[in-house]
Amino acid sequence: MAVCIAVIAKENYPLYIRSTPTEDELKFHYMVHTSLDVVDEKISAMGKALVDQRELYLGLLYPTEDYKVYGYVTNSKVKFVMVVDSSNTALRDNEICSMFRKLHNSYTDVMCNPFYNPGDRIQSRAFDNMVTSMMIQVC
Amino acid sequence: MELCGATRLGYFGRSQFYIALKLVAVAQSGFPLRVESINTVKDLPLPRFVASKNEQESRHAASYSSDSESQGSYSGVIPPPPGRGQVKKGPGSHDAVQPRPSADQQEPASPVVSPQQSPPASPHTWRKHNRHPSGGNSERPLTGPGPFWSPFGDAQSGSSAGDAVWSGHSPPPPQENWVSFADTPPTSTLLTMHPASVQDQTTVRTVASATTANEIRRQSSSCDDPWKITDEQRQYYINQFTTIQPDLNGFIPGSAAKEFFTKSKLPILELSHIWELSDFDKDGALTLDEFCAAFHLVVARKNGYDLPEKLPESLMPKLIDLEDSADVGDQPGEVGYSGSPAEAPPSKSPSMPSLNQTWPELNQSSEDTAIVHPVPIRMTPSKIHMQEMELKRTSSDHTNPTSPLLVKTSDLSEESKINSSVKFPSGNTVDGYSSSDSFPSDPEQIGSNVTRQRSHSGASPDNTAPPPPPPRPQPSHSRSSSLDMNRTFAVTTGQQQAGVVAHPPAVPPRPQPSQAPGPSVHRPVDADGLITHTSTSPQQIPEQPNFADFSQFEVFAASNVTEEQDNEAEKHPDVLPAEKASDPAGSLRVAQTDGKIEEKTAASVPANVSKGTTPLAPPPKPVRRRLKSEDELRPDVDEHTQKTGVLAAVLASQPSIPRSVGKDKKAIQASIRRNKETNTVLARLNSELQQQLKDVLEERISLEVQLEQLRPFSHL
Repeated sequence: MAVCIAVIAKENYPLYIRSTPTEDELKFHYMVHTSLDVVDEKISAMGKALVDQRELYLGLLYPTEDYKVYGYVTNSKVKFVMVVDSSNTALRDNEICSMFRKLHNSYTDVMCNPFYNPGDRIQSRAFDNMVTSMMIQVC
Repeated sequence: MELCGATRLGYFGRSQFYIALKLVAVAQSGFPLRVESINTVKDLPLPRFVASKNEQESRHAASYSSDSESQGSYSGVIPPPPGRGQVKKGPGSHDAVQPRPSADQQEPASPVVSPQQSPPASPHTWRKHNRHPSGGNSERPLTGPGPFWSPFGDAQSGSSAGDAVWSGHSPPPPQENWVSFADTPPTSTLLTMHPASVQDQTTVRTVASATTANEIRRQSSSCDDPWKITDEQRQYYINQFTTIQPDLNGFIPGSAAKEFFTKSKLPILELSHIWELSDFDKDGALTLDEFCAAFHLVVARKNGYDLPEKLPESLMPKLIDLEDSADVGDQPGEVGYSGSPAEAPPSKSPSMPSLNQTWPELNQSSEDTAIVHPVPIRMTPSKIHMQEMELKRTSSDHTNPTSPLLVKTSDLSEESKINSSVKFPSGNTVDGYSSSDSFPSDPEQIGSNVTRQRSHSGASPDNTAPPPPPPRPQPSHSRSSSLDMNRTFAVTTGQQQAGVVAHPPAVPPRPQPSQAPGPSVHRPVDADGLITHTSTSPQQIPEQPNFADFSQFEVFAASNVTEEQDNEAEKHPDVLPAEKASDPAGSLRVAQTDGKIEEKTAASVPANVSKGTTPLAPPPKPVRRRLKSEDELRPDVDEHTQKTGVLAAVLASQPSIPRSVGKDKKAIQASIRRNKETNTVLARLNSELQQQLKDVLEERISLEVQLEQLRPFSHL
């Protein structure tokens, strides 16, 4: 369903970014980059409350004519950004939410690996497989 | 060397050679040239290994001394690596020896990086160290020559194999070891590595790998399953595990494992992948099985095998724990459910707090049985207990001797309540008889009840015409059963229903008739609301209570208890309160009866369930109430009938309890079972409702999203 999925670290550099190869990847990278501003906005807006009260799922960040960008942030300020095709109207919000949750779970699995240093690019095959499954769904 | 080689067959020749090398090192270091000294100088190898090695070494000690010299020459020689290949395959000791030096040299050459090589300037030292490690099998850290590993894999494997043979395996047929190892691909490489990392090879891994590698090399035996862990390997892994975590059932934390596996000099990416594969439960720690799998994968990788994408089956950690936890989880879950019904009743009858408490306990105890076989529960014992408890709680001087029992039972469980209630009716009418009858009516819940009932029934005359024992719906299908019960109740008289619900077996629910009056009687007392209802149709009550009891017994043990209590309440106000309290279902029943009266529910099971659940956790209880109320009101049979039937059954069973202490126990047990069944039913209902709730929430969310999407268009 998603055409592009990206995992952004706390310092706003990408830990993992993957797009469907058919599209222009650079365009997606740019979209993800611009969406980071929106994410930061949302985080700061909600930052008034305690972090615990902050919702992880940010929802639709901003729509373009072709795509919609959704955001999700973890408690450790790691952001997941997902770009989906606007033509796929069947995608409901809660489905996006569940996809983010799956992403989050896979990300924690990667974190649990003692050989993974936080801040490194994510090279876990399991994570790759999970992301691929999510992206293939759309097609 | 000749001696070394001569004494041992080709394969061992290497090990012997290693020993010789070690001796040389020892000699060079100034220690007495004795194998033992080697061992003592270096890390002490595992005792057994040492012994084995010593044997070998001692044999050749003499030769070693001379060999050492020759080895020295060897060291200098360092024949070209190709020799290694020969060594690996070549059985000749000499060849092995020669290749070894070359191999050793290679090792030192390549591992420029590894400082360990430096100390033993000559290859001998390696060898010696190799031997040492192999001999000492111990746990030498894979410090060794990381880089060596791969290049020396082969060569080392040969030599290490020899070493490994020592270290890993007692002298006895090294070939055996070979054979065993042959199957393990990774061994060879690891073995080779170990020799390289001689000095510091503390990790058993090196040794193990060496052994395994040797095995493989030596015998390139067929690898049926490249991922299978041989016994030696596993033992090696276990040894390594214990060095990190003495408790074999414990975990190795991620950091320690990382440290350990980093010694293997594999790239971090591969180690990361290995970890992903082997950490089965993704908890960041390695159990023994996981550790063995990870180690095995490392060894395999070291030997050049590509890492699989998925964990091979032979490396899958035994999921015993998971299974256990799952089982445990189920049980607690069930228990939890059962507990809820128990709680519900208390609301109804505050006077029966004790019953309530016991009820959850009973539920738990019966949980297991209930989960597995929700069907018949030995009601009799439970009923008996319940009745006893009721009696105790109420400590009322019930006219009926059963009343106290009822009280007790209510405490224990609904079943007990039912029993007690059954008792009451039976007391009123036919004490033992009714209870016994009720028991049979609840076949599923109470096996013992059945027995008791039978016994009781035999004792007491069949007050009411023994209703035909219609097949009771399985308690496993709470909803369905409740529906069935409701329908059956609605259709048939309470008696019949009770019979059906209570016991699929053809035990005529004798107590039903007696119970019917009981429950009906109880109802009024049981719940205030019920009271009004119950009083409506006393005639009906006699019939229905039976059904109710039975049905409840089947489906809702707890409810049965309440039923019974209700029944008994009539006669023993004290009892009823106790029942109510203990039997949350009772309260549900009351509510349900009310609901039924008002709603005339022919409600589907879900409705019934909701009703039942809403007022009280255990649906059975509501059913009970219904039974009672039905008796009174004869309104909707659906839920109530089912539940009341159950209750009636319980009640029916309960009355029999007071008959005898033994029966009491059975009744209690039966009531316990019923309660458990009830709990399971309620649990199912709960889960189903939650599912529905989730679905509804999702729909709501989607609708909201759509609404938002449509909003902009609204302006257009």
